Amino acid sequence: MTIPNLRIEESPKNVVSASDTQLDITFDQLKKLVSPRALTGDNMLLNMGPQHPSTHGVLRLLLELDGETVINCIPDIGFLHTGIEKTAESKTYTKAIVVTDRIDYLAPMICNTAYVGAVEKLMGVDVPLRAQYIRVILNELTRMNSHLVWLGTHALDIGAMSMFLYTFREREMLLDIFEMVSGVRMMSSYFRVGGLWRDIPAGFIDAVRNVIKVFPDKLLDYEKLLKENPLWRERTVGIGVINKEDAIAWGMTGPSLRGSGVNYDVRKAMPYSSYDHFEFSVPVGSNGDVYDRYRCRVEEFYQSLKIIQQALDKLPSGPVITDNRKVAPPPKHEIAYSMESLIHHFKLWTEGFRAPEGEVYFSVESGKGEFGVFISSDGGVRPRRVHFRAPSLCNLQSLPQLSKGCLIADIVGIVGSVDIVLGEVDR
Amino acid sequence: MAPILLFFLKSVALIIIALAGFAYTTLLERRFIARLQARIGPNRAGPQGFLQPVADGLKLIVKESITPAQADKVIYFLAPMIAVIPALIVFAVIPFGSDPIFSLMGDLNIGVLYILAILSIGVYGSALAGWSSNNKYASLGGLRASAQMISYELALGLSLVAVVLMASSASLNDIVKYQQPGNILGWLIFRQPIAAIIFAICAMAELARAPFDLVEAEQELTAGFLTEYGGMKFALFYMSEYVKMIAMSALFATFFLGGWSGPFVNEVPVLSLVYFAIKVVIGLLIIVWVRATLPRFRYDKLMSFGWKALLPIGLANVMLTALLIVLGVY
Repeated sequence: MTIPNLRIEESPKNVVSASDTQLDITFDQLKKLVSPRALTGDNMLLNMGPQHPSTHGVLRLLLELDGETVINCIPDIGFLHTGIEKTAESKTYTKAIVVTDRIDYLAPMICNTAYVGAVEKLMGVDVPLRAQYIRVILNELTRMNSHLVWLGTHALDIGAMSMFLYTFREREMLLDIFEMVSGVRMMSSYFRVGGLWRDIPAGFIDAVRNVIKVFPDKLLDYEKLLKENPLWRERTVGIGVINKEDAIAWGMTGPSLRGSGVNYDVRKAMPYSSYDHFEFSVPVGSNGDVYDRYRCRVEEFYQSLKIIQQALDKLPSGPVITDNRKVAPPPKHEIAYSMESLIHHFKLWTEGFRAPEGEVYFSVESGKGEFGVFISSDGGVRPRRVHFRAPSLCNLQSLPQLSKGCLIADIVGIVGSVDIVLGEVDR
Repeated sequence: MAPILLFFLKSVALIIIALAGFAYTTLLERRFIARLQARIGPNRAGPQGFLQPVADGLKLIVKESITPAQADKVIYFLAPMIAVIPALIVFAVIPFGSDPIFSLMGDLNIGVLYILAILSIGVYGSALAGWSSNNKYASLGGLRASAQMISYELALGLSLVAVVLMASSASLNDIVKYQQPGNILGWLIFRQPIAAIIFAICAMAELARAPFDLVEAEQELTAGFLTEYGGMKFALFYMSEYVKMIAMSALFATFFLGGWSGPFVNEVPVLSLVYFAIKVVIGLLIIVWVRATLPRFRYDKLMSFGWKALLPIGLANVMLTALLIVLGVY
């Protein structure tokens, strides 16, 4: 009888070092992020991004893969950091409006609203009703713009290529309207502290009414292509699920939170800019999966159209900027005969206005979630500190939990369904 | 001597037709999909973009050919050829027209087997390309390619078994002739609809075209097994995809749409070439149309769809066909 030789197996060696991940962490920290199998090379560590077609800009994900299954997902952000908060602190209150355009470049008007809203709250300035209504109209158009880009890219990520081109075709209508009011398609900077830069031009109302007329048909087309499509449902139902409690715990807001069944919308919870004058409902999902988040956003198109319709019907006449000369510049013709106006004009254009000392937080509902602005003022012409609560960043935090155990193909669907804009994440 | 010369001439003609067909299929796809997507498509190079394929080809030829330092050089170089050659030689048995002169091999009596055998070789191109590139995305793409082809090959074979049973011949010419008598209802798409649907789906999966384009899923794997390829090597993969697209469309026309048959083919044999070309182009347009419409399958769903849906249905269809033939219904 032969006795088989005993074989002594060596314990597997770690072949992955912390520097391999390019994450600027120590090996002990890496051990907490990935499973032991990844360190020995049994699971693959795959670097996805920042130059990847479907990470919506420059998001980088370090994926630990067992075959095609995602074991761990480690997001790495900061590739688009542009120092927007710091820039805003070195500019006067009016000049900082232009940097807020660049935060969420798909919804600039909403960022503008949040920023000027915060300054108005700090200064205690009232905004004329007409300006408020126009802000509401433009905010909702911006929300639609943001959702159109989301829908197109989300569908593109899942492989429905044509949707992308259809939504971008419709987006042109909205960009034309933005160009009409502000002269710029994307970086509009149309709002000012106390109101608007100028009144809406002739043709604006017709253009918006045309949007209301055309959009329902287009939305129906989108739904025909996706909503009941078995392949689309297969790719989205039950994927990236997060329950109510976890979604709240991660600080998710916006459609990503409502997809999990939490009815929280800043427009309803803390109405701003006369949102309480309009009737609309807040679509809420139940399962918290990619499909429910998709449904919530698509439903929001219809609600936005409803709000715009009401705002157009009720649009009052009157001034579009406050007559508080300490904040808003006097009209040009007044300067010619009023010494006081000339002084105001001079002070506003050379120095800017001073805000009272204090701290203020003001938030609005952007296409992505609760977009908040915190301003701390020391009484000078520039804010001491500006901070933006970016919904993309807070929603993105949940990605490691959402993507646990899914497949590579689902990662892109989940990132798409959370709807991030990297400009806002990194600021 | 004459038959060899004729064979040689026919081979050259066939390859030229296949390559020209490849070039203009890319243009057809780009123009047609642009229409579906509310775009215009390439229309700058020549009238209606007619020279676009030439421009694309020139661009790819003059590109620097880069081999990644970590790649397995020999296989990295061979993989594109392994992909493109089977795609080209599938055409050998397809009867393009009513006369034997319109087919390279004339009348090969194991045509169906030949096609199944050749089509399976093509997958080595993708799998080896993915492996030899030594890139994680590429190897994932290569793995997906081999798994996908294996899953769909079986169902594809089964759909053809039903066809062979009906025609009681594995020669493509016989299959066409079987569908010919009288009216359009003789086409196998009407008499074997299940086999036709399975063949169409599996053909798309074999081609790795949307919605089955998992192997080069741009949004997931950047470009899958093609990630590290550029220049002419990339062009060869591209060529193999489009040539296979034409081949699959031609096979579908042959098996299910009556091949070259149509009115007055017996009087004017050249008409049969025209009928065949029309059927192939319709097939190509449908492939492009599907690509513009559907989202992509997910890897695990693709597998379960192949093994749990198509394969059993294909088997049942073969049994049913055999039963009906025994009972004398067909």
